[in-house]
Amino acid sequence: MKDELLAQAEAVLEEWVKARGEVPTAETSEGFRLLALHRQGARGVPSFNACRETCREIAYHYNLLREKQDGRTELMMKMLVEHLRLFVRGKLEVEGLGEFCCSSRPLRQGTETTRG
Amino acid sequence: MSKYQRVAYYPGCALEGTGHAYNQSTKVVGKALGLELDEVKNWNCCGAMEVKNIDPKVQTYLSSRVMSIAANEMGAEVVMAPCNGCYHNLKKAEHDLAHDAPSREVIERLSKKAGHATYRAGQVETIHALDWIKDGIGEDELKRRVKSSLKGLKVANYYGCMYTRPRHIFPEKDRGPGSESTLKPHFMDDLLAAAGAENVDFPLKTACCGGAHTLSDSDTSTRLVLNILRAAEAAGAEVIATECPTCHSGLEMHQVRAEKALGEKTRVKMLYFTQLLGIALGLSPRRLGIHENVSDGMEALTKFL
Repeated sequence: MKDELLAQAEAVLEEWVKARGEVPTAETSEGFRLLALHRQGARGVPSFNACRETCREIAYHYNLLREKQDGRTELMMKMLVEHLRLFVRGKLEVEGLGEFCCSSRPLRQGTETTRG
Repeated sequence: MSKYQRVAYYPGCALEGTGHAYNQSTKVVGKALGLELDEVKNWNCCGAMEVKNIDPKVQTYLSSRVMSIAANEMGAEVVMAPCNGCYHNLKKAEHDLAHDAPSREVIERLSKKAGHATYRAGQVETIHALDWIKDGIGEDELKRRVKSSLKGLKVANYYGCMYTRPRHIFPEKDRGPGSESTLKPHFMDDLLAAAGAENVDFPLKTACCGGAHTLSDSDTSTRLVLNILRAAEAAGAEVIATECPTCHSGLEMHQVRAEKALGEKTRVKMLYFTQLLGIALGLSPRRLGIHENVSDGMEALTKFL
């Protein structure tokens, strides 16, 4: 189950990377392709880091399950993957309409309107 | 005496509205602990998300004005902001003014035009309410003052995503033992443990609640919140402790919406960490504004009254 959940999380990030017109990386970071995909997906989009800890928690729970099978840990990993899926889906939907509140890019990037 | 014993207090807009109970409970808990708040005079909005999206330098200016008043008109060394959005924006302004010359130029120009002293990076230190209590009083002293231990109360601590992100605007975090962690924040866990609560292992403590989607895509927000609530329940929590008015309102409102729109009912209750500390300190629920919460946490708290 842990491998399936990790693959689902990677597939979610692949969708995000592809939607941005890039080829999803096959590299790994700290032993996880998921973390490398997140790094790729966050390049130029700081607000995408809002799911950084979720990805790291998925990797952590994967490691826990590698050590010991446990129903509760598996359930938490499942919920983390679901959260990632919801987050990325939301990001895809609003892309083009605006940015997240946190670490936002100005809507008029390149034509800032600061007036003194 | 800790430099956090008396601080300039920047409540921010939300604490005068939906987060009124957080404002009230922060003040009464501070008083009970002997910590003093001196509200920033004539404060303004920090620039929040609306201004920042249009022009980030105006947001930097708005936040810098708050810090300028605290430093130059009140002589304060520390500004405490209990709202994650305000805390984040003041820290971001501090970072920009320290590292970005164009930001400094804009702030200089706007400050002159507005007729107040220009804020210079480093004049004040911005802290969160969690830092204020954790470093101002400490867990040992807090334990000593507890009158009604929260023993047996299972709590999931939810920090939201703006308390620790982006990491580069919080240079004081991730400094090893005693400092806050951006990956796994623990200050709220530490304080509530000192008050006797049992913190559950909650992996979604910094996950996005979809706050910014609330108007543009309510369903996504509701589903993100529902997942957080379900995870807290699966972790065994009776209560989710919060430290941000926006996160708190989002969790409360979308809990109701999840039941109405999706037929998904969750039972976990939301309480500000200051409300929980107040109960442990023997303060009445009324004084802590618990009756103002949408989520009725009284059932979980009755045994401690």
